[in-house]
Amino acid sequence: MVKFNAKNLNIWFGQIHALKGVNIEIEANEILSVIGPSNSGKTSFLRMLNRLNELHANFRMSGWLEFDREEIKRINVESLRKRVGMVFALPLPLPLSIFENVAYGVRMHGEKNRGKVAGIVEGALKQAYLWDEVKDRLGVSAFKLSGGQQQRLCIARTLAVAPEVILFDEPCSGLDPISTAKVEEAMLRLKKDYTIVLVTNNVKQAARVGDRTAFFLSGELVELDRTQKLFTAPADRRTDGYIRGEFG
Amino acid sequence: MRNTQRSQKIAFFFLFLATLLIVVPVGLIVVIIIQKGLPAINWQFLSDIPRQGMRAGGIFPAIIGTFYLVLGAIIFALPIGLLAAIYLSEYAKDNILNRIIKLAIVNLSGVPSVVYGLFGLALFVVFLRFGASILSGSLTLGIMILPIIVTTSREALESVPQSFREVSLSLGASKWQTIRHIVLPNAIPGILTGTILGLGRAAGETAPILFTVAAFYLPQLPKSIFDQAMALPYHLYVISTQVPNVDEKIRYGTALVLLFLVLFMNLVAIIIRYNFRKKKKW
Repeated sequence: MVKFNAKNLNIWFGQIHALKGVNIEIEANEILSVIGPSNSGKTSFLRMLNRLNELHANFRMSGWLEFDREEIKRINVESLRKRVGMVFALPLPLPLSIFENVAYGVRMHGEKNRGKVAGIVEGALKQAYLWDEVKDRLGVSAFKLSGGQQQRLCIARTLAVAPEVILFDEPCSGLDPISTAKVEEAMLRLKKDYTIVLVTNNVKQAARVGDRTAFFLSGELVELDRTQKLFTAPADRRTDGYIRGEFG
Repeated sequence: MRNTQRSQKIAFFFLFLATLLIVVPVGLIVVIIIQKGLPAINWQFLSDIPRQGMRAGGIFPAIIGTFYLVLGAIIFALPIGLLAAIYLSEYAKDNILNRIIKLAIVNLSGVPSVVYGLFGLALFVVFLRFGASILSGSLTLGIMILPIIVTTSREALESVPQSFREVSLSLGASKWQTIRHIVLPNAIPGILTGTILGLGRAAGETAPILFTVAAFYLPQLPKSIFDQAMALPYHLYVISTQVPNVDEKIRYGTALVLLFLVLFMNLVAIIIRYNFRKKKKW
């Protein structure tokens, strides 16, 4: 099943043409890795999928983008973002307690029953492999956690609103290798229930977790293929150069 | 190497000197007022009405008058100022019109207070027929401190990191929910700072209340917001320049009470702000 379908997608921020004629289909329950050097448009692409680019004052787009066969612009933006969650590059806890961070989205969507909220929070923290580390101090500030724990908290917070898709925007760029491994492990286990789009600066990470990998360069989608194929026999010379580290 | 160290020392000296130049006058003012005013402070001075043509007795009506005026000004200006600040920082698009509005509000805080006084006289006292009353005075003071409250509140709202907003929106919260639950709670300390500044200004100004509320001599407490009232700054002006032979200690005592009233009201706001900052989790 196709989750996202983009046809000739162009976007601009003021004068900057950030995505140029991108055609892509994202399948349900796959992990799609998106790689490319900085300013290649990969994060702009990701933020299209939950319409976060629209916060930009000078944002414009053309072309077609649909989610579950419905044009994305026609979907109510709050319910779209509920269905398409996002984990940001840096761990960004809200200035609330651990519990309230995870409960935030649930509460905003109108859940008032305390027992239900607590159950959802516990479930989400378990899914993000954080429950055992924080279950005794749910009331402390989320900023008291380590960087890796904070990032898993952000994953739990996203999971708590029960999305269908999770967008990861370079989720490990600020983490040490052990924390990175834990986040990657969480991603692989989440795959069976969620569609995952992972933007990453780390080519090896893309190779480790992605079912398919897309390579962006200067706002264009250069190549999209099964991860193994893309990394062993890329069709495009630029892809080859990038994954071999000739530029980046 | 030597030279660098010497110029550093010289720079430090001048920076320290500048700081001293600010601190010393403020300290002197406080010391002189306390020194000259403290002998006048006693229970009668604080709780009695003025007697013998304001040369004796107390200043209780003026204390109460100023308290009501400041309270009224805040009750009027804080909600309106805060709502305007939310609109300007969160909803208004960045276009020429809104930039002009923002600039105009910033500049309004530089308008001389006597102009506000005349405006209040024309609008509230005469046109709306509130007469010279606590209501007119409060509204005039409120309008005077609105720009301060709007500007500081707007800055407080804008200083809440954009990333918090993005996280909240990305979880499917609406814009209003984001403002209500994330932006506003984190902006409250800054908003209170603006309120503190406004409080101090409202309590101390003479010109805006001159035509709108202040009574020269009124030896009773106001009964409603449509009554005139005495107020400390105006009373101070009157006993310093309009009434001959007022004992010096009464004048300084009045100044001291005004100083402490402002300090007390600020303290309340500072304590509230401190409690919010303590709760802040980042």
